[in-house]
Amino acid sequence: MTNSWTDIKNTDLVVIMGGNAAEAHPCGFKWVTEAKANRGARLIVVDPRFTRSASVADFYAPIRQGTDIAFLLGVIRYCMEHDRIQWEYVKAFTNASYLVKEGFGYHDGLFTGYDEEKRDYDRSSWDYQIGDDGYVMVDDTLQNPRCVWNLLKEHVAVYTPEMVERICGTPKDKFLKVAEMISECSSPQKTMTSMYALGWTQHSKGSQNIRAMAMLQLLLGNIGVRGGGMNALRGHSNIQGLTDIGLMSNLIPGYLTIPTEREASFDTYMSTRGFKPLRPDQMSYWQNYRKFFVSFQKAMWNTAATPENAFAYDWLPKLDVPAYDVLRIFELMHEGKVNGYICQGFNPLLSAPNRGKITEALSKLKYLVVMDPLQTETARFWQNHGAYNDVDSAAINTEVIELPTTCFAEDEGSLTNSGRWLQWHWPGGTPPGEARPDNWIMAQLHLRLKRLYREEGGPVPEPILNLDWRYKNPDEPTSEELAKELNGWVVSDVVDPADPTKVTLAKGKQVASFAALRDDGSTACGCWIYSGCFTEAGNQMARRDTSDPDDTGTFPKWSWSWPVNRRILYNRASADLSGKPWDESRKLLWWDGAKWTGYDVPDIAPTAKPGVVMPFIMNPEGTARLFTRGMMRDGPFPAHYEPFESPVANVIAPRVRGNPAARVFKADMAQFGDSAEFPYAATSYRLTEHFHFWTKHVQVNAVLQPEFFVEIGEALANEKGIKPGSTVRVWSKRGSVTAKAVVTKRIKPLVCDGKTVHVIGVPLHWGFMGAARKGFGPNSLTPFVGDANIETPEFKAFLVNMELVSGPVA
Amino acid sequence: MFPPLPNPSTRPGPPRFGEQDLIRRSASEVTPPAVRQTAVAKLIDTSKCIGCKACQSACLEWNDLRDEVGVNTGVYENPHDLTPASLTLMRFSEWENPETLNLEWLIRKDGCMHCEDPGCLKACPAPGAIVQYSNGIVDFVHENCIGCGYCIKGCPFNIPRISKTDHTAYKCTLCSDRVAVGQGPACAKACPTQAIVFGTKDEMKQHAAGRIADLKSRGYDQAGLYDPPGVGGTHVMYVLHHADKPEIYSGLAKDPKISPLVDIWKGVSRWAGFAAVGAVAAISVVHSVVAGRSRVSRADEENAEQLVDRELAGRSVGPPRGSPGDGDGSREHAP
Repeated sequence: MTNSWTDIKNTDLVVIMGGNAAEAHPCGFKWVTEAKANRGARLIVVDPRFTRSASVADFYAPIRQGTDIAFLLGVIRYCMEHDRIQWEYVKAFTNASYLVKEGFGYHDGLFTGYDEEKRDYDRSSWDYQIGDDGYVMVDDTLQNPRCVWNLLKEHVAVYTPEMVERICGTPKDKFLKVAEMISECSSPQKTMTSMYALGWTQHSKGSQNIRAMAMLQLLLGNIGVRGGGMNALRGHSNIQGLTDIGLMSNLIPGYLTIPTEREASFDTYMSTRGFKPLRPDQMSYWQNYRKFFVSFQKAMWNTAATPENAFAYDWLPKLDVPAYDVLRIFELMHEGKVNGYICQGFNPLLSAPNRGKITEALSKLKYLVVMDPLQTETARFWQNHGAYNDVDSAAINTEVIELPTTCFAEDEGSLTNSGRWLQWHWPGGTPPGEARPDNWIMAQLHLRLKRLYREEGGPVPEPILNLDWRYKNPDEPTSEELAKELNGWVVSDVVDPADPTKVTLAKGKQVASFAALRDDGSTACGCWIYSGCFTEAGNQMARRDTSDPDDTGTFPKWSWSWPVNRRILYNRASADLSGKPWDESRKLLWWDGAKWTGYDVPDIAPTAKPGVVMPFIMNPEGTARLFTRGMMRDGPFPAHYEPFESPVANVIAPRVRGNPAARVFKADMAQFGDSAEFPYAATSYRLTEHFHFWTKHVQVNAVLQPEFFVEIGEALANEKGIKPGSTVRVWSKRGSVTAKAVVTKRIKPLVCDGKTVHVIGVPLHWGFMGAARKGFGPNSLTPFVGDANIETPEFKAFLVNMELVSGPVA
Repeated sequence: MFPPLPNPSTRPGPPRFGEQDLIRRSASEVTPPAVRQTAVAKLIDTSKCIGCKACQSACLEWNDLRDEVGVNTGVYENPHDLTPASLTLMRFSEWENPETLNLEWLIRKDGCMHCEDPGCLKACPAPGAIVQYSNGIVDFVHENCIGCGYCIKGCPFNIPRISKTDHTAYKCTLCSDRVAVGQGPACAKACPTQAIVFGTKDEMKQHAAGRIADLKSRGYDQAGLYDPPGVGGTHVMYVLHHADKPEIYSGLAKDPKISPLVDIWKGVSRWAGFAAVGAVAAISVVHSVVAGRSRVSRADEENAEQLVDRELAGRSVGPPRGSPGDGDGSREHAP
């Protein structure tokens, strides 16, 4: 989230698209209720199904899954056409006026530089024109045909309301009503918040779905302001923490990147991470990259990381591929190239796509370690559970080791919520049986590996042998110790350059924030963005002060928010160019003549003059990007692409199947179905009664939603003779499930490009372990392909067929 | 937002209401207390409800009740009806508004309405099995319940359910145990959107008025408060977007009244209780009323109706003298 849950109460318009907040985030949804009840805010829901969120919405519009970009670019086109633009904001705070290279273009659904063979682009033309002064050339009048504004205008021209209806199946009048309501938020006194979740991310163009809305929010001047923002609703209480800490194969903590094998030396690595400002006077905060990186290396290897060995740069792994994402790992496992797999808090048998392939892949492992508080399906993938897990156990040789762990309620630590708040928690119960904290298990693994390397040697032992292990009880580091490491501390005294007798940072002290970090090895910090969470003043995450001066929704003393306790990112953009709040009634930050002040921690140097330093300090431009240069694999603008399995062809570019830059493994390409064989557009989602695969282990939740079902509209049900409670079979090119049928008015057939499209909903929560009835999940059906940029699997749009098995049991 | 009730002190104190605050007791006379407690109420705002079932879950947890893991019958309701364990239930109905042609998914939390004039209590022949406190809460006292099921017949909302395990009737208590120590009901505490709020009845009416004004500003011209006068008002009230059509909310009674049969029935049961001493003809009825922790069977009902008919036909037979101490009789005459 750019903003926070509590900030949603400040909005005038909530747009829930690509998510279902009431269903999947009922507790956070209370802030929508607040905005509605106290501000008279309106709620729009755009979804293939009339959801629980829609049940309390002011306006609902249907949309075919996987067509959000067409819809959003249609809204952008509408705002441009009707001059519903927050002009002062757009001109000053975005790259609208920047000139783009002559070579860049977009034709027939493809940007320049496409290589069909590689399914990839040469992105060299996707960039700005650089002037002789080394800065981007701009045209403040927005007249130059090569400026971002005009290229964008041209790019969205095709997305007329008629085209939106044709692609999305959203009736034109409903689309126009939504566009009109959204466009009203271009007024500086009106804000809109975007609440989205997996409904946008789980597509082969998930990142671009989000970009499309982010661009719209920029045009409306809604980023950095109270009640605005791009608000990703994270699906797990600590999934934000997972990405922050860098639990992804291509990241290290704080969104620093793992080197690739082409970056053999530290100097090479840093040579592309200079982040030289692209416009005069801009902060380009990533210029501090080296400080964060070196401090991270010091946190890992402390005294063994020295300037002489480039701070142990060699000990970091070097990627030979862009990432070892979950799809690639299971592809490799399926090819028999993976020996062992450690599954920590992850249930891939149900949560990775194309379950058949996952079962085959797990069966090829030598060993599988499962660390989980619950008995997961993955740990029992080898066990025959009849139709629900029909495997030949005798033919599977994988050794499975289950390590029962404590659950979040049984241990101490912090959870980072969607709003970037690190909230400390304390144990609420005693772990059962042999369950051990993850900290203990990981420490034991490390200590045993260390011993083996010490006793038996082996290739590259240094990263393990030298790992800094400064814990009171080496067998079980405490969460506090780990949190202090993430915050960072002073490795050796730092003195004032003007007065060497004055120590500015004393050895052994916790640093106050990442501003103190240095690139000479005198500081260590496990995760720079978390710096400030556990300082000399104590554990900031454990703060529980509910005061909120002037009811701004900031709650600055409740827990701690990264970065530096800032509650709204880019908050300098809440004020105009001169530093005066756009909306006095919703002021957040302002220039008092000498410095920035207000309710939140300024997201800019406190004395950075308004009108000079622009608010998007992390970008070398200082402004936000409507055109994103070559930073995304699939285009500098979002463009409409159909899902890989779609009931209709791409009407804009009929030749293009799916996202042309999405990676597809060879065997998976052959497993995509077409609409002749699989006529129905399916989607997957969560239900409020359950949380993922956890709560099916809880009797109360199992009572509230006991049995796997699929949802279908009345029209399709009538066509197929299916009654509520009938048993149906649903199958895709990859697998088959049986389910009870919920027949509903809430799913209506859509007409897309003249074709009637029936939508089938497949909820996720059932498996063959736990208290609820045994059932299937959508991943038996879903295709093995991910987003072009980050490989999130395309769970939200796929094709199936369906038949009646038997009528309802009386 | 309606201010949530502050957490009460953890130090134990005397309950805020009890036996001395009874204003009605089934099949008994009570001396009304000199000072009445402030009437309380739970307000359920259907326009804020997202159907998350947190209330159902909280109810099961607080009351330590467990229903069976059921099946899906093609709808979102689970369980499929109120049960002796599920004292509250989200009911979902899909309604196409004929005026706007828009679909509306109307979700209503069903459960005891805590009528000011409780039909269950009136119908109950077991002394002290159903009581009403001066704050409006209607509660079932299980050790006095004989499981006859008359309360179901007396309820204009079809709420109580008889347990097959202990053969007594169950319904929402409005968390009388929590309210007695200054807490709100568990469902209200758990509700993430404050669709369920709890306070004095006056506060709730005032809060509802604000909600109704908001709904009207959103085009719900018929938004209103459901506090049906036919049962003297209720201590569980609804804010409805379409207050003129409560029946579209999964059959919420439009104008609930206690069945006129209950009064007459009550007369019969008194008479039956007395007559049981010697009146062979009435044995089956008496059996159902006094002897069995068992449900009203079809035969019992037919017998009762015959008796009612007979009584209506001319009151040819009746109690030889005035009411013999209403209820205690039935217990005295239990075999």
